Amino acid sequence: MKPEVLEALKKYLFQLADDELIIGHRNSEWTGLGPILEEDIAFASMAQDEIGHAQAFYLILHELGEQDPDTLAFYRSYKMFKCCHLVEYPIGEYDFSLVRHLLYDVQEMIRLKALSHSKYEPLAHLASKLIREEKYHYMHAVTWFQQLSNGGEEARIRMQNAFDLAYPLAFSLFEISDYHAILEKESFIISEKELENQWIQEIQSIVQKTPIIMPSVEDKTLHYGGRVGKHSEHLEPLVNEMSEVFVIDPTAKW
Amino acid sequence: MLTKELILEYLEEVKDPEIPAISLVDLGVISDVQIQENQQVLVELTPTFAGCPAIEYMRKNVEEVLHNKGITSTAVINYKKVWSSDFITEKGLKQLQEFGLAKPSKSSDDLLKSLQNVECPKCHSKNTQLLNPFGPTLCRAIHHCYDCKETFEQFKSL
Repeated sequence: MKPEVLEALKKYLFQLADDELIIGHRNSEWTGLGPILEEDIAFASMAQDEIGHAQAFYLILHELGEQDPDTLAFYRSYKMFKCCHLVEYPIGEYDFSLVRHLLYDVQEMIRLKALSHSKYEPLAHLASKLIREEKYHYMHAVTWFQQLSNGGEEARIRMQNAFDLAYPLAFSLFEISDYHAILEKESFIISEKELENQWIQEIQSIVQKTPIIMPSVEDKTLHYGGRVGKHSEHLEPLVNEMSEVFVIDPTAKW
Repeated sequence: MLTKELILEYLEEVKDPEIPAISLVDLGVISDVQIQENQQVLVELTPTFAGCPAIEYMRKNVEEVLHNKGITSTAVINYKKVWSSDFITEKGLKQLQEFGLAKPSKSSDDLLKSLQNVECPKCHSKNTQLLNPFGPTLCRAIHHCYDCKETFEQFKSL
């Protein structure tokens, strides 16, 4: 592999891993606080899946010469992260977390399906494995989103407000950075633009079965920056909290 | 002379720590066994869910069980290999049911439909309803049986 391709690949793997780690950590914050017990379990379980996916992506990075997964997850400055702004936002009310979960996991399903055809085999194999787990996240998100949006007036208003807040943020998932073009040339990935188009269509088809109105997004680049280390104000405190125990003694054995 | 068959027989002793009724062999988690020239044994494990917290425990357990048989082995985890609930053996499916877990549907089935009217492992009624596709471990869903009024768990189709 040419050095510039390897560098680009590592950046992209950090993008994937960091999105998963941070959304996983955010979803884990519902543990013990879920609006009903079943949802408490669901968010905890999905968080565990996502952190497992992050670990698997960090392991590929480790095989490419980076440090071990724990060190990559807990011992980097927040400025080194490549996650997007959508995953960084606090959990807010349950409606926001649910809509974010829908927007994020529809994206993940589409991305993993594309990656399962990647010419970079380790990524293609891993994507095929993770799709099987994602099916449950996708089903969970779509079912709850449609049920609540078609529910009573209060539920509909809450879902609409959450959608208006989360949907513009979600375009940060598809921020284009310099490493994407290099990987497209190698047929390792398809373009962020193409993923974004597929995602908009899929979200539209889900929303169509509800009274929710899709907000128009004039500037899709408004929440860009995550892929180049320019994060929202929410990431630094999250990373500090997440790594607090690890940093006390990085050599501790668990 | 070590053979793959003998190693697999020994590995029957290694159980899933979360479902101790079933061995890793019957669960399809042991994905490869190789006997190397110097009689060193290489065992590959494929986790069910990528985030399965028990996999490192299982890996150590494989090496321990073989060590107790006087065999030097290296067990490795392959996170990239696909695992499917279709890999569970017939014997394994029976053990799951005896343990009280409904068996997974075929992974090619439509997910939403396959989670409806799952057969209750206690009374075998299909008058049941999915309560939650997520359960106490990553690999289990929760259902309720309207006939015997029991809540039961199912090993998820993957």
